[in-house]
Amino acid sequence: MINLKINGLEVSVEQGTTLLEAARFLGFPIPTLCHMEGLSPYGACRLCVVEIGEGPRAKLVSSCTYPAQEGLVVRTANERVLQARKMVLELLLASCPQSKVIQDLASAHNVRQQRFRQEHEDCILCGLCTRMCEEQMMAKAIGFRGRGETRSIGTPFDIKSEECRLCGGCIYVCPACQLRCTYTEPDKAVCGGCANLSPPCVEKENFDDMMCYMNPCVACEIDKH
Amino acid sequence: MKTEIAGILEKHEGDRGGLISILEDVQARYSYLPAEALKFVADGTGRSLVDIYGVATFYKSFSLKPRGKHLCSVCVGTACHVRGAPVIAGEFERQLDASVGATTEDNEFTLETVNCLGACALGPIVVVDGHYFSNVNSSQVKRIIKKTHVGLDEAEIKADRRLYLHTVSCSRCNHSLMDPDHKIDGSPSVRVTASFERKHGWLRLSSLYGSFAVESEYPIRSDEIVDFFCPHCHTDLKGASACPLCNAPMVAMLVRAGGIVQICSRRGCKGHMLDLDGAGV
Ligand code: SF4
Ligand code: SF4
Ligand code: SF4
Ligand code: FES
Ligand code: FES
Repeated sequence: MINLKINGLEVSVEQGTTLLEAARFLGFPIPTLCHMEGLSPYGACRLCVVEIGEGPRAKLVSSCTYPAQEGLVVRTANERVLQARKMVLELLLASCPQSKVIQDLASAHNVRQQRFRQEHEDCILCGLCTRMCEEQMMAKAIGFRGRGETRSIGTPFDIKSEECRLCGGCIYVCPACQLRCTYTEPDKAVCGGCANLSPPCVEKENFDDMMCYMNPCVACEIDKH
Repeated sequence: MKTEIAGILEKHEGDRGGLISILEDVQARYSYLPAEALKFVADGTGRSLVDIYGVATFYKSFSLKPRGKHLCSVCVGTACHVRGAPVIAGEFERQLDASVGATTEDNEFTLETVNCLGACALGPIVVVDGHYFSNVNSSQVKRIIKKTHVGLDEAEIKADRRLYLHTVSCSRCNHSLMDPDHKIDGSPSVRVTASFERKHGWLRLSSLYGSFAVESEYPIRSDEIVDFFCPHCHTDLKGASACPLCNAPMVAMLVRAGGIVQICSRRGCKGHMLDLDGAGV
């Protein structure tokens, strides 16, 4: 067992437990976005930051990927952590304002505006879909391609994947997708987010412009030839 | 194609995690990574196509599209940028009627931009097929393209005043590789030990930059990749980089005046790089 201190409370956890799990065990809430039970930790969104260590050596780490260590001192919600989280949320809002998940997180953290150039990305590269596809569906139909600015998610060569099981798992977990895929039933959309949507799949021609990778799509039944 | 890929895979059998070297070999063979080839690699290695595609798109040196005969790289690094590289890149785009990253319709040129070649003081720099052009301005673009069509090597040997003799030595033991008794192009030749198909023998190169004259003890078929060794300390002279033209390993030698010169190890390939700043070492 490993003993550590979270927000002043002693806790002992098993070897291999992450700080996120330990904190949640004690009942301290930590917001997450790219973390999902049943999928391996990925550490992409940095929303789950916590502060570890003391004095000048205190640093921010992502709690979903950081393993508990003997004697570690963790703070899950001090000023520095909250500031960092707000910043992350502003950045997420800047890249993907139409995501209901991000909107909700932002509002829960009292982030009312963001100071960066506004974009309308289809994807925040959280990697939930690729992990879902690989680890739960054993399909490995989609993955990351490219790097830096041009990094994206998709099937190899942007054509219909032979591995895809048409399970819909990828859209189900996608934080950017949940709102946009009400397209075929627009009245079901919960807020005015649709005003920001990039044109939905029915108006697109190229497979690689489509917002999901299934062919035909199980949700809206668009056949992407 | 299937059997060729199988051959490449066989060569790399046993080195786990050798995906990059496999892809390098595939690209060396086809000059790009054909979709079909990647599928064969996936089948042969048991890896998923997504992963292979991810690696192939991650590295800039891999291309999924066929590349032109000539590779033209315009440096848009900071120093070249402030000296007007974007204008030059734009001029190339206009003249070649191909955008950056694309290949001309006649498959002659592939245009790309790079971020700093380590020769900032001479910027803006343009490299065509391993030939460096320095202080380029947009009015020279047309000439560079024309020269490339004629054949850069010919043009350089005849007219380029940058053509000069260089004295080289082994990058390991620093022994001179010059052989004053055996002249090629009228100047002392560069002598190394060449090894291919289990035969070892001397190989003498012209010491004129831009000349591709070679003499060797045993005849070497063109397209053959030759291993170069220092005749003194027997170190493999293979450098870290790959030929910009055919992707074979480059052979690196020290230039006495400072810097390194790299030549392609494939017989008949014209890949040459002269790096006098030595920034590539
Ligand atoms: S629908 Fe296809 S791509 Fe999406 S998770 Fe399922 S198998 Fe993977
Ligand atoms: S498509 Fe959705 S789930 Fe996949 S990485 Fe992008 S935002 Fe995350
Ligand atoms: S194909 Fe349909 S379900 Fe998939 S992203 Fe497009 S609109 Fe949504
Ligand atoms: S939830 Fe930890 S980095 Fe995304
Ligand atoms: S910026 Fe062009 S060579 Fe350095």
